[in-house]
Amino acid sequence: MTLKHPQTTLGAGLVATANSAFIGALLAFSGSALAEDSSDPIIIPIHNWNSQIVMSNVVGQMFEEMGNNVEYVSTDSQAVYESVRLGDVTLELEVWEGAFGAAFNEAMEKGGIVDAGDHDAVTREDWWYPDYVAELCPGLPDWEALNACSAKFATPETGDSGRFLGGPVDWLKHDQERVDALGMDFTVVNAGSASALWAELAAAKKRGEPIVLFNWTPNFIEAVHPGAFIEFPEYEPGCAEDPALGPNPDATYDCANPPNGYLKKAAWEGMAEKWPSAYAVLEKISFTNPQIAEMAKLVDVDELEPEEAAAEWLAANEDVWKDWIN
Amino acid sequence: MNTAVASAHTVDSLVDRLAQPANARAFGLVLIALAVALALLKPWLPEGLMRLPALLVLPFSDGLNWLFNFIKDDLGFIHVTRAFASGIEWLLDVTGNLLYGKRRWPRLEPIPWTVIAVSAACLGYWLGGWRLALLGGATFVWIALLGQWKWTMETLSVIVVAVPLAVLLGLSLGVAAWKSRRVEAVLNPLLNIAQSLPHFSYMIPVVVFIGVGPKSGAIVTIIFAVPPMIRMTLLGLRKVAPEVVESGEMCGATRWQLLRYVRLPTARTEILVGVNQVIMQSLAMVVLASFIGMPGLGQKLLQLLQSLKIGRSIEIGITIVLLAVMLDRFSKAWAVRQPEHFERGTSWVSRHQVLLVWVVLTAGVFALAQVFPLAAEIGRRQAFTLSKEFDAVVGWMLEFIDPVTLAIRAFLITQVLIPLRDAYLWLPFTSVLMLFAGIGWRVGGWRSAASCFAYVALIALSGWWDRAMITAYMVSFAVFLSALIGLPLGVWAGRKETRAQRVLLACDTMQTFPSFIYLIPVIMLFGVNDVAAIAAVIVFGTVPMTRYTIEGLRGVPENLLEAADMSGASEGQKLWRVSLPMAVPTIMVGLNQTVMFSLFMVIIAAFIGTQDLGQEMQRALSSTDVGKGLVLGLCVAFMGLMVDHLIGKWGAERSRLLGITS
Repeated sequence: MTLKHPQTTLGAGLVATANSAFIGALLAFSGSALAEDSSDPIIIPIHNWNSQIVMSNVVGQMFEEMGNNVEYVSTDSQAVYESVRLGDVTLELEVWEGAFGAAFNEAMEKGGIVDAGDHDAVTREDWWYPDYVAELCPGLPDWEALNACSAKFATPETGDSGRFLGGPVDWLKHDQERVDALGMDFTVVNAGSASALWAELAAAKKRGEPIVLFNWTPNFIEAVHPGAFIEFPEYEPGCAEDPALGPNPDATYDCANPPNGYLKKAAWEGMAEKWPSAYAVLEKISFTNPQIAEMAKLVDVDELEPEEAAAEWLAANEDVWKDWIN
Repeated sequence: MNTAVASAHTVDSLVDRLAQPANARAFGLVLIALAVALALLKPWLPEGLMRLPALLVLPFSDGLNWLFNFIKDDLGFIHVTRAFASGIEWLLDVTGNLLYGKRRWPRLEPIPWTVIAVSAACLGYWLGGWRLALLGGATFVWIALLGQWKWTMETLSVIVVAVPLAVLLGLSLGVAAWKSRRVEAVLNPLLNIAQSLPHFSYMIPVVVFIGVGPKSGAIVTIIFAVPPMIRMTLLGLRKVAPEVVESGEMCGATRWQLLRYVRLPTARTEILVGVNQVIMQSLAMVVLASFIGMPGLGQKLLQLLQSLKIGRSIEIGITIVLLAVMLDRFSKAWAVRQPEHFERGTSWVSRHQVLLVWVVLTAGVFALAQVFPLAAEIGRRQAFTLSKEFDAVVGWMLEFIDPVTLAIRAFLITQVLIPLRDAYLWLPFTSVLMLFAGIGWRVGGWRSAASCFAYVALIALSGWWDRAMITAYMVSFAVFLSALIGLPLGVWAGRKETRAQRVLLACDTMQTFPSFIYLIPVIMLFGVNDVAAIAAVIVFGTVPMTRYTIEGLRGVPENLLEAADMSGASEGQKLWRVSLPMAVPTIMVGLNQTVMFSLFMVIIAAFIGTQDLGQEMQRALSSTDVGKGLVLGLCVAFMGLMVDHLIGKWGAERSRLLGITS
């Protein structure tokens, strides 16, 4: 199945997963003194947003504190689940329900990856506007108020209707479906990367132009450009599948994104066996929204390097993490 | 003087020869007329002639995925690739340890930055005197002072493994192709495709077969860098004069000895040009390879751009340019450097002066580094930075240009780009098919017509027609504008040697400066739309157009110009009647390169936000869909190969008419 266990069959894979769960449970009882972690480096993937990079460094430095070897490797944030599954990278610290839930679930189905528990944080991803736009369009953050001044958001390429600047298509947001379902006078234009979103936001702010775009929290951008999410019809589970739910009886996606999505940790299924103590710590790790925002701020606003930011954060928050590794 | 008189005749007959009608290829006109008719009759055409019926769209990507899975799992090829990759990883561990102190075997301490800077300076001196010594030393001092040492070493630790492997691989494949026609026949189309395939398409299989991390970075770099090495090796071996080989045979050399001691050394210059190409290609991959785990400068650059730190990403961009220029000049100096010969009895010391100086200096700074930590490592906090200044300059420029771009942006989008895109999408695919078959026939007879027809038909069969047309619309418009800028710029620069030198240096810089950096200012100026994407493509695409125009004008034989002077031609006449026509074949090579560069860049412009093949390519990359990535990549490659074929044929014909050989 996986490279490291070419002889494993599907059944054996399940047993291995069960085993690792068992080892995890065992460790919870007896502490980490029992097992010895491999001296091979634990490979932590880093992506292109700073909270994830700093968090990866924080956890990496915790592992190093425990005597493990750690290496960081930069990867695509969607493709990483395939790498975790194959054991090419050992774990993933930020699995966002909205953005990566689908890729994570797909990898879970193929096998080789395990769910290492949730952070004590909620994530939200939705339409968002910077503060100054509230003055240009009265009634915000209500979505109907936004729709009423859609013409102000028009750009040459969208003609008369307003422009919503969405994230890259591979983030699989159903913005167009929502626009159609709610009968909004908006056109979705997909930016090709998060950098494109921020560049456009910065330019719009400089010109004082109205803009509504895709954003999420926790995110560094909150510290640089304050703003608010648009309030869409309240999220109900099943709204994406069942047309009856939400204000439009004939359409799906006629409600907001889940306002409190999970933020999960994932690991390669062989991790519990190869680095039992580190895996036990990984299961305990749980950061909160303010902690994650703080990590991002150290890099984005205070201009530290991620590894320095991580060291600084660890020094200032010993009470948070010392318990996890002991 | 005699040659000048003779050349005056050449000028006269030149005009006659160019006026000669091309071979009767009238059937091409019939095909083009058919294309026009199909377009005009569009409202009455059956659906099947407008777009290929869904039934006929071949499931290439499913087939490829099946094939890849079969090779990977059923044949167990993944174990072979992984074993190969762990070999490379072992090498990377060694270089990583030496350069930045990775925590794996053999656990060596990193070399102090001062030692590397001194070594680069000594090597530069040995290769090309004080100027190169200064270039080598200053590059590393800049890197160290700006606190980029670790990232640079991470990048270099991969490059120093990738480059020799690519050279070795290219050399052996080149020799193999030279020895056997059959190998060459197989290799040639593969090389053509490899050189026109967008980077992302082969990065996906690498993720599947090798994984992510520095080793994958090294492997994509090798894949990207090896084709020019193969071509240059082949070219070099072909050019070896038979007399040289004969003299080797007379000495009783075996076949291996002939290759090792006669042919390869004679082909030295071409081979070293190949090495130079490998180095440049490797540096061009620094940023892209970081998508699949290459550490270092590229990775850092993408992170900085993500949080809009433009000033600091420019610093990294400058470092990449400096490294590229340094390695380029070093390897070129090495290429032209002839072996030194000393009189008999020259002492070892005087034969190895530079080596001795290097040993002494290195020992000195090594000792220094033990005493003063700053001589061993400059941390980010001790480093100085120019980012504030760069940010200010960029901000000032944006503010300055912004009113202009804002004004033309609306006009371009509504009056030019949207109508143009709609027109491309409006065309029935049969009309495009006929059009290119017709052009092919005009340019190179039925063979060319058949290849063009096949390229277009394959794109239609892939099922990505509409996306491909959007790519085609962006690229063709960008190439048009690039030519409009690059051609006059090249003519202007080419008329004065010092100016030409300066513009060429600017071209080098633009070409190696990581393109991701200017994606951000372009978005700030134009917004997320096709104007921004096209602007980014133009920045990159103008480079070869300018460069080859300059080279073409420089290459016009002196005697022809003299002859024109003697016939009393004015400056304008000389340019329009002699220089430009003679430079056309070279300029066409530039146009061809511009198309290639634009096709690469338009895929990268997907990071701005486009609706073309690039956007789908991004999706394929993030879902590691090997088959889809390859099919999309081949669509791009086919467009490139078709243009390459047409321009190549036309240029060769033109050269023949002008009496220019090679």
